[in-house]
Amino acid sequence: MKKITVITGHYGSGKTNFAVNQAVKLAEKGEKVTIVDFDIVNPYFRTADFGDLFKEKGVILAASMYANTSLDIPAISFDIERMAYEPGYLIIDVGGDDAGAIGLGRYAEALEQYKDDLDMLYVVNAYRYLTKDSSEALKLMYEIEDVSKMKHTGIINNSNLGIETTAETVLNSISYAENVALKAGIPLKGTVYREDLGVSVKNGIPAKVYVKPVWEEL
Amino acid sequence: MKGNEALAEAAIRCGCKCFFGYPITPQTELSAYMAKRMEKSGGVFLQAESEIAAINMVLGAASTGVRAMTSSSSPGVSLKAEGISYMAGSDLPAVIINVQRGGPGLGSIQPAQSDYFQATKAMGHGDFHIIVYAPCSVQEMVDVVTLAFDKADEYRTPVMILADGLLGQMMEPVTFPEPKTELPDKSDWAACGHKNEREHHIINSLFLDAPLLEAKVLERFERYKKIEENETDAEIYMCDGAELVITAYGATARVAKSAVTKARNEGIKVGLFRPKTLWPFPVKELREATKDAKNILDVEMSMGQMIYDVKLATECKIPTSFFGRTGGVIPTPAEVYDEIVKLTGGAK
Repeated sequence: MKKITVITGHYGSGKTNFAVNQAVKLAEKGEKVTIVDFDIVNPYFRTADFGDLFKEKGVILAASMYANTSLDIPAISFDIERMAYEPGYLIIDVGGDDAGAIGLGRYAEALEQYKDDLDMLYVVNAYRYLTKDSSEALKLMYEIEDVSKMKHTGIINNSNLGIETTAETVLNSISYAENVALKAGIPLKGTVYREDLGVSVKNGIPAKVYVKPVWEEL
Repeated sequence: MKGNEALAEAAIRCGCKCFFGYPITPQTELSAYMAKRMEKSGGVFLQAESEIAAINMVLGAASTGVRAMTSSSSPGVSLKAEGISYMAGSDLPAVIINVQRGGPGLGSIQPAQSDYFQATKAMGHGDFHIIVYAPCSVQEMVDVVTLAFDKADEYRTPVMILADGLLGQMMEPVTFPEPKTELPDKSDWAACGHKNEREHHIINSLFLDAPLLEAKVLERFERYKKIEENETDAEIYMCDGAELVITAYGATARVAKSAVTKARNEGIKVGLFRPKTLWPFPVKELREATKDAKNILDVEMSMGQMIYDVKLATECKIPTSFFGRTGGVIPTPAEVYDEIVKLTGGAK
């Protein structure tokens, strides 16, 4: 895994769940890892919700000090440039769509010097209504690149149907994800699956479901 | 799909041709989706200069017989109250979506159910009701949009879908119905040009002649009676032999259901009653569901508003207690489970 991972995608593509998993896994290996809640457009289902988990695992969370309050405003109150410079891994969970990625553009130049050690991953879900079609998925990907002034380096296939996901759901999504990657001209870096499904796929990434509605918690 | 987007897509498939709105968290994805998709479907999306303007644009569009909709969240819905009353007074069908957040005032941007009174009792001035649907999943939001447009046209009344921030922001799998190609004929009242071929159709809520206004209201209340007789709906879950029945709607009912399922698995005789229509309130369904009940526990994301309809429906014959969180705080299944144990004494 590279030092810096920037994670983008559509609202609800599973960016945050992927980001939280990656951060926790690194921390469990004893690595220093900082996760940035860069979601400055939507106050629901976001990285900052997992403060307790990060504390327990030793992950450093950087989020707007007003995140999840009624004062939640589109502002970045932390120093990404310093975080990129310091030792340790940095995971940046960018907000939904191109609107969420606008803020990232401000750091494009500063992050340029780390480009050999930076992955910008576009998370897709084959079952997500607005990106079901690979051309729709690509359109959004390019819109994100336009506003963030950065280029994606890989695709993450996070295709799922929430609680209804089966191994088949994941397997049936591979050709979609390969197609998106092929058209985008960048590699499919991995396919995420819920760890208990035990799917056997190329570059499989087993993951826990952290982001879920409150009624699935009992 | 995300709840807010599913509401929008469902409306487009129902033949909604006009959407007027003003952005507000946690409902904004609905407007954003309409902005992207409405034009492609041959309709009109317009971001109005305010909520008041948006609801009056809906009034104008509905007057011409097209299917029109607006959506907002709590503070924005308060601003729409005048327009909704005018639409009720003009017998205009339209769909209004409230993705509720914490209040009063600007409140919070987290989910709440504290607009129950407003939606079911006082959505504006004057003698009127609107039909209020309370979905509890993304799929049900889609289903209820179809129903809302149909019933609005059938009874010529505004219809509200009372959702909340949690439902609006959540991702769930969903299937959509095929787009509607045939819509109800409104040519006997819609104001869309008489071409010198018929009398004027006048859309109006001003009647200075008191007996005439009374007659208008009485006619409307005849329709309300039919709605109360025919349109109530509720989900009844594990209420057979239930000594404790939980009443809850929307996202809170999902939370309560998790707690009920756990309690039932442990042998606690508890069930869940979930109204799908808040007005009309499913009175006979609740009486049936609570026939074995010794206690009712009403759970809401508010300080307790639906509880009055629950007590009214059961004529206060069953002791009814309340558990709720408010201000944007979501009750957890564990908290509801604890309440169940308190009221039933737990598994025996």
